[in-house]
This record gives sequence, C-alpha cells and structure tokens, in this order.
Amino acid sequence: MGKRIMIDPITRIEGHLRIEVEIENNRVKDAWCSGQMFRGIEMMLKGRDPRDAHHFVQRSCGVCTYVHALSSVRAVEDACNIAIPDNARIIRNLIHAAQFQHDHIVHFYHLHALDWVDIVDALKADPVKTAKLSANVSGRPESSEYFKTIQDKLKTFVSSGQLGPFNNGYWGHSAYALPAEANLMAAAHYIEALKLQAKAARMHAVFGGKNPHPQFLVVGGVTSVRDLNIDRIKEFEDIWKETKAFVDEVYIPDLMAIASFYKNWGAIGGNNEAFLVYGDFAENSSESRLLMPPGFIRKGLGVEKLDVELITEDVTRAWYENSTPSHPYAGKTEPIKGEVAYNTDDKYSWIKAPRYDGLAPEVGPLARILVAYGKGDATAKNLVDQTLKKLGVGSDALFSTLGRTAARGLETVIIGDAMGNWLNELRSNIAKGDKKTYQSWTMPDKAKGFGLNDVPRGALGHWIEIEDGKIKNYQYVVPSTWNFGPADAHGNKGPVERSLIGTPIADPKKPLEVLRTVHSYDPCLACAVHVIDPHTNEIYKVRVV
Amino acid sequence: MKETEEKSFYERLEGKGVSRRDFLKYCTVMTASMGLSASCVGQVASSIEKAASGTRPSVVWLHFGECTGCSEAFLRTPNVGAIILETISVEYHETIMAASGHQAEKSLEQAIKTHKGKFICVVEGSIATAYNGAYGKVGGRTFLEIANDVIPKAAVTIALGTCAAYGGIPSAAPNPGGYKGVKDAIGVATINISGCPPNPLNLLSTIVKYLNKETIELDELGRPLFAYAETVHDRCPRLKHFENDEFVEEFGSKEAELGYCLYHMGCKGPETYNNCPTAKFNDGTSFPIQAGHPCIGCSEPDFWDTMTPFYEEY
Repeated sequence: MGKRIMIDPITRIEGHLRIEVEIENNRVKDAWCSGQMFRGIEMMLKGRDPRDAHHFVQRSCGVCTYVHALSSVRAVEDACNIAIPDNARIIRNLIHAAQFQHDHIVHFYHLHALDWVDIVDALKADPVKTAKLSANVSGRPESSEYFKTIQDKLKTFVSSGQLGPFNNGYWGHSAYALPAEANLMAAAHYIEALKLQAKAARMHAVFGGKNPHPQFLVVGGVTSVRDLNIDRIKEFEDIWKETKAFVDEVYIPDLMAIASFYKNWGAIGGNNEAFLVYGDFAENSSESRLLMPPGFIRKGLGVEKLDVELITEDVTRAWYENSTPSHPYAGKTEPIKGEVAYNTDDKYSWIKAPRYDGLAPEVGPLARILVAYGKGDATAKNLVDQTLKKLGVGSDALFSTLGRTAARGLETVIIGDAMGNWLNELRSNIAKGDKKTYQSWTMPDKAKGFGLNDVPRGALGHWIEIEDGKIKNYQYVVPSTWNFGPADAHGNKGPVERSLIGTPIADPKKPLEVLRTVHSYDPCLACAVHVIDPHTNEIYKVRVV
Repeated sequence: MKETEEKSFYERLEGKGVSRRDFLKYCTVMTASMGLSASCVGQVASSIEKAASGTRPSVVWLHFGECTGCSEAFLRTPNVGAIILETISVEYHETIMAASGHQAEKSLEQAIKTHKGKFICVVEGSIATAYNGAYGKVGGRTFLEIANDVIPKAAVTIALGTCAAYGGIPSAAPNPGGYKGVKDAIGVATINISGCPPNPLNLLSTIVKYLNKETIELDELGRPLFAYAETVHDRCPRLKHFENDEFVEEFGSKEAELGYCLYHMGCKGPETYNNCPTAKFNDGTSFPIQAGHPCIGCSEPDFWDTMTPFYEEY
C-alpha cells in the first residue's frame, strides 16, 4: 500500500476537481478523478422551448463559451431538417475558430505554463542573456531593456510581499528544468498574453455581440446580419491577424523552447488505449468536407470510421442511482438525493464514465492531431513531423503529456490559418449580393436530432427529442466527461486516471508533476458533470463524412 | 494629482505598455459606464492611480456553482494584467492561482487571517443548499460552509453575476441542488453586479468607487444604480423604431437588416435593468441587440424561468 495524496482544489482549470493519487517508490501507482459539483442543466431543459436550449447549455461553461450553444442549435436543426445558409455556416466557423485561438492561448499561458515555468526563478535571470535567447527562439525578439523592465516589475511584485496569484506556488521545485532566462522570457509572455487574449475575444463580439456567452446564434442561422459588411469583416480580420501573429511568433516558439527542456515528458502521461474525434469546421454547404476529420483510433491501429452507436455510459462509480451501462439514449440516470460519500473503492465523482466500444478514449487536441495524421492530412502530417524532428524525439513522444500540449499548439496554427479563407468566402458572398443569414422553418410536433462538434477540449455531442413542440429529452456528452470520467463497472479507469499512472513524483507534498498531466487535458469540470434522463431506446446513426 | 506625480504615473503606465491615450480612453469608458459625466474622467483616473500606489487592496475571489464565465468576463478587461498584478492583490482565485490543494487552502487561510475585515470578497456562482449543500464542494467543504466561513470576514462582498446575486442557472426550475444566491443562502448584504456574464466595467467601477470610499447607491435588488438604473430598452439604439412601430417579425428579414426593434422577437429589454447599450462589451465592440439578437433579460433575478421562452413576446 503506497502513500495517498489528495489535491483539492485543482486550480488553473474550470470548475471543481479533486485528484487523488497513490504513490509508491516515487511514482504514481493509482489515481482517481473526482468532479465535485453538480448543477443538472439537462433536468432544467425538460418541457422548455427547443429554441431556448442553446442559451441554457451555453452556461455549462464560460471558458468553453459558444461551443455548447453551437452543438445545441445543430441538434435542433438536425431534428427540424433545417439547412442553414452559407453565410451562417461561415460565421459560425469563424466564431468557433476564434474560440480555439483564444482558449488555447489562455490555456497555455495562464492555466498550464506555471507547471513548467518558475516565475520566482525569473528574478535571477540576466536580461542581456534573455534578450539573446529571445533572438534565438522567438519570432518577436525583445531587447534586454524590455526584459529588465519585466524583471523589475516582478521584483517589485515579489518584494511587496503581496504575491497574489503566485503565493504558495511550487517555486524552486526540483522538477522545474528551465534556465532562469527562459523563465523570464515566459513570464514576459504570460503578461503579453493577458493583453492579447482580451483583444482576441473581441472577434466573438464583432459577429456575436459579446464574449463570453455570445448572443447571435438562433436555430436556423445567425442574427448578426447588420455586421455582415466589409467594415466589420475588416475589424475581425485585423484582430485575427494580430492573434495569428502572436500564435506564430510567440506561442509556438515558446512551446518549442519550453518543450526542448522537458523532453523526458514525452514518455510520461500517455498510457491511453483509444482516441475519439467527431470532427468539425464544415468547408462547404453540404458539410461533406470538414477541416478536422472525424474518426476513432485504437492505439497502434489505423483510424476507424466513427460509430456513435458504440457509446455507453456507466455510473457504477459516480454519484447516481445504479443502472445498467447503456447507450446515452437507453439509460436512466438520477443523482443521489442526499449526502454523497467520497469513497475511491465505490462511488467517488459526479462525472459519469462514458465508453466507446467498451474503451475509454481520450478526446481533445491530441486525438484530433492523431486522427488527422492517420488519415493522411498533409498539413497535420507536415506540422507533426517538423515538430518531432525539431525536438529530436520519436513519434512515441506524441502519446504523452508533452505530446498533448504540443498538439494543442499545432491545431491552433491549423485552425488559425484556415480562418483567412472563410473571411474571403464571406467577402465574395457579399460581393455576389448574398447576405442571407437565416433559414425560415417551422417547429415539428415530434422530432429527434443530434449535433456533433469538436471543441477546444474534445468531442462534444448534444441529443434532443422534441414532443408537442417542447423538449421531451435533452442530453449531452462532453469532452471533460470523456477525459475525467471515473472507473467503470469492470474497473477500467478513465483517460486522465490512466495517464497519471507511472508519473514520477519528486516530493509528495508538492505534486507538481500531477498538475502537469492533469492540466495538459485542460479540464473543464462544470461541463463534465451531467445528468441524463432519457425514456427512449432510440439509437442514432451518425453521419460520418 | 500633482504634476510630478502625474508624470511618474504615466511613465509607469508607459512601462506597462499602456499609453496615456489608452489609459484615458479606458477611464472615459469606465466613467461613462458609471453614469458619470465626462468631466469626471480625471477623478476616475486619479482614483485608479491612488489604488495603484502603496499596499494593493486584497481581493478574495470564491467560485461556487458557476461556469467561470464571470471570471472570463473580468479577464476581458483591456490590460487586465495591470489590474491583477499591480492595482489589486488577488489573494485567492482558483482560475488563475499557481497553488493547488493544500497550498491553495493555505493561501485562502492566510488571506482571511491577514486581511480580516479589510478584504473585498468577490463571489462567482450560487450556493447549493439542498442536503446540507451536498452538491458542491471545494477541498471537501461545501460551498455553504466556505461561504459562512469566509464572507462574514470580508469588508464588502460583491456578488458577481446573476448566479451569485440571485441563484442564476443552477437555480432554474427544478433546481435539483437547491442553489441560491449569496444573500439568500447565508443572509449577508451583497452588492449585486448581475448579468450572465456581467460587464466587467460594472465590477471595476464598483471596486473603484468602493476604494474611493464613495457611497454606492443600490436599487431594491442590490444593484448599483450607476449601472442598473435604466432598462436596456431606455437606452437602446433601436428605441426610435419601437416608437415608430417598426418591428422585426422574422430573423434574416429586410427589417432585421434595417435594424428594426426586436420586441416582437421576444426582446426583454423593456424589463431588464442594465447598461449594455451604453457600456457595451469587449472594449465597446458590440452588445447582443447590436448583433441583431433580442435581449434575454440576463441581469434580472430568475430570468431563466420568468423571461422564457426567450423568443416569445413578453
């Protein structure tokens, strides 16, 4: 029996997460993920107007803003047989892509970087050497004066005794491997990225009214017809260009520079047996071509065709009344009404355990990059091959904490690069006199539909059943449910739990290494916790494109 | 501000990468959001300067039944870095703090001990009260326990967002977790910056006024009058169309393209108190009605139940 360590709260994430690990011989021997909050949004949707659903589900998460709303309108549009106008497709793509740009930048700098970057050590850096380092690695080299200013600012901050968000961090931990100059460079970019992200979010406001929780989607299209003009497109384009420049010149170089000091993490934090991708970003009106291809991978094998009939959910180890594991549409789940006991030998989480063909697939950037690579997507293949070569690591290093963090950066580039085409498509539609943003439709008495989506944290699906023009049933299966789910009835662990096993731990009192892997999945716990209460055995066939 | 002080302040701002013009623009927007006249811009600027010198005021930020949208909204403040690193001291904030687990708990303990009776407590999210608060925990303690422990020790509590103010989405029917706003859950007075999410300018304006020891007048729902005295409808750029009986009857129509009134599409602007049309979001970029979407009433208590269906005329 090893030593048990509990980390609660896990910070620099969305939501309330507890991680428990058992440590033996300085390595993680076993791990448990626990979602600590339950709200129950699906329960609220019953009996409501299907047109309203997207506003409710958008509030699943303010970090993953927009993405649930998008899946939701798609589900209703699928149920009601609505084909949205081309401009609506493009604007939705642009807002979705902007979400990826913003979300991944904030994740890297503000949620994940402090696992690798020792802010306090930056005080020891030589600003002249830091300027040299930035000249070598950064696409936006800065002067020694600039780094001196940043360092002075940090010194003032530390000597004030008011460390605020940096108080009680694991500074000086033996697992920090960056030289002081790299720490200072990253600290400077942490501050730059704070400014940049506020600007990047303005892309949402241009066509979406505001961010977080843009308010422009409706079943049938988008409402921002008055913003469909050359000036607004230009405004969006300028912010996109500035964001893209930051990604190309700062984010990716930082990612590569930091990764080069942590190559050993190319062999830690993998251990997953499968990867699942729904795909997204329709490139044409019929949605037959997606920028991100869908697929399923059993580790070591090729990409299989997606078959959503193979999804089941298991609640054996979650705080719901027990039921047989079944497809989301065939199961019945109810939260325990009363006090819930945390017991790693029994029930220990509000998150359910979704499975695909009995396996616990990882979802998210790594899964998407692997599927695109496996399907021979030239852009993904080139980027991945170049990255591996630059770091001097083999392809096995992809299946790791380092690979996951790198994949997030690479897809930021792929998606960001695609945005220019969509802006041009919008311009050419306007030039043709096509300003259509909405398709009229009528609510059927009875209907069913689903909307699939791949979002910053992974595969997301919403299913709806309509009766008498009202929501009879609504459910969604969310990326962080896939990644952070508990064990199932057979004792098979969820992806994050599996990834943590084998992680080296230098100091059990300061489990920095655990945070690295947990954060590499970019947890969103408010999204992950769900209740599904369907009364139907209907199973949907998913169109695989 | 004396001329030399002013000079050094702007020099420091330049060092932060903020030009004098940027800063004054920011203060102008903030002044407008507070409902103050343009002549008060200088006052606002000097209060920010005062807050930025000497010991930074401590803020403890609690996350309960929330989606983190309010934190995200706060992060959208232009140059938020200067606020969180140089203007206030964010002692505890789970989204951005480096420490986790025991070390995070230690940060919270230190903050409430060191700054007892002096810190500003910002609460995001509502509090689960059913089954003794079983549906929401941090570090093994229920939201309810944490709220009862921390909030009474604060100098002032700001309920940020409709969830913290009135219960918000977790409390929408059937409210399985028994979620309530801070005031209803633990019986303390709060300043309510409602909205889903609220405009960060309204939060910052409130903090600036508080630090300036100004009286913050509240409406009967606990919202600062400088931001919530008028309805969205009162200040709506489409008001003329309402008065002229010019309405959008379908999205994507000619009338929608002309920017007609969205009242028939379910706009809740006439019942919703907030300054969205004047403060706007994301550095003045837009707000929902400008994007052609009806207001959903997100700063009103129980809007998820009382303002729905969203697309039906009220």
